[in-house]
Amino acid sequence: MSPVEIGGPGVWGIIAALGVLTYLTRFVFLGIVGDRPLPGWLLRHLRYTGVAVLPGLVAPLIVWPAATGGEMDPIRLIASAVALGVGVWRKDVVQAVVAGALVMGGLSWLNG
Amino acid sequence: MVRSPFRRGVAEGLPFLVIMVPFGALFGVLGVEAGLPIAQVMGFSVLVIAGASQFTAVQLMLDSVPAVIVVLSALAVNLRMAMYSAAMVPHIGAAPLWQRSLIAYFLVDQTYALSVSAYEDRVDWGVADKVAYFAGTALPVFPAWVGSTFVGAVLGARVPDEWALDFALPLAFLALVGPLLKTRAHVAAAFVSVVGALALVWVPWNLGLILAAILALMTGAEVERRTAARPVGTEQRT
Repeated sequence: MSPVEIGGPGVWGIIAALGVLTYLTRFVFLGIVGDRPLPGWLLRHLRYTGVAVLPGLVAPLIVWPAATGGEMDPIRLIASAVALGVGVWRKDVVQAVVAGALVMGGLSWLNG
Repeated sequence: MVRSPFRRGVAEGLPFLVIMVPFGALFGVLGVEAGLPIAQVMGFSVLVIAGASQFTAVQLMLDSVPAVIVVLSALAVNLRMAMYSAAMVPHIGAAPLWQRSLIAYFLVDQTYALSVSAYEDRVDWGVADKVAYFAGTALPVFPAWVGSTFVGAVLGARVPDEWALDFALPLAFLALVGPLLKTRAHVAAAFVSVVGALALVWVPWNLGLILAAILALMTGAEVERRTAARPVGTEQRT
C-alpha cells in the first residue's frame, strides 16, 4: 500500500470515499433502520467514538512534535494542558483554542 | 412571542457561527499549507462536512499513510454521527424520504445538538415543524462552514511561519476533546486512547491508533455499564 500524493488525484479518491461513507453514517438509521429500536450495547459504544479517536490522534503530535524533530517541547506540553483544562472547565471549544494559542504564543515569545 | 419553527431554528443556529467560522478557516489554512489545491480543500468541506475527520485525513496524508487507512481513521472519528442519526429517528422518522436524505447530509454536531434539545422542549411540534426547525439551524451553519473554509484557504499561503501553525491542529483537536469529557466513562476512554496510541505508535500504517481507539471504545462502554449497574460512589476495586 503506497501513500497518497498530496494535491494529486488520489486525494479526490479520499474525498469521495470519505464523503460517501460519512453520508452513509448519517443516513444509516434515519433512512434505512427507521423506527426499529437499537440494541443498547451498540449505542453504548457509539457514545465513545469521539473520546476514543481524538485523544489518541493528538497525543503523539503533542508529545513528539514534528516541528522540533520529535523532541519533547515543554511549551507545547504546557499549552496543550491549558487548552484541555479550559475545554473541560468552560465546555467551550473556542475558549479552549484561544487559551491554548495565547499560552503557546506567550511562552514562545518569552523564550525568544 | 410566537415564532415559526424555521425562524426559531435560524435564530438559535446563528450563535454557532462563533465556532464554525474559526474552525472552517483553520481547516482552509492548514489544508493549503499541507499542499492541497483550493478545490480539494473545498471538496472536503462540501462533501465531508465534518471538521474533526477532515483534519484527521489531512494530517494522515501528511504522515504518508496509505489511502485506505486515511479513510478508515477519518471515518472512525465520524462514527458518532450514526448515533445522531439514531437519535433523530423518533422525532422525524415519519418525514418523507427526500427530507430525511437531506437532513442526513446536514446532520452535524451543531444541528443535531440544537434539534434534539428543541424537540425535547417542544412536545407540541409535529413532524413538519421539527423538519422546519432543523432546516432553520442548517441555514446559517452550513454556508458559514463552507465560506470560512474558502476564506482560510485563500489566506492560507500568507500566514507567516513564526506562528507555529503546526500546533494549530493538535490544539484544535484538544479543544474538541475537553468538552467531551462529560463522565468518568468518557475520561477513561480518552485515557486509554492516549496511552494506547503512544504505546502503539510503532505499528505501521497508523493501525496503532485504530487499535487504541477500539480499546478505548470498549473501555468507555464497560465503565458506563459498571457505573450504571451500581450507585455512584460504591464502586469496588476489582
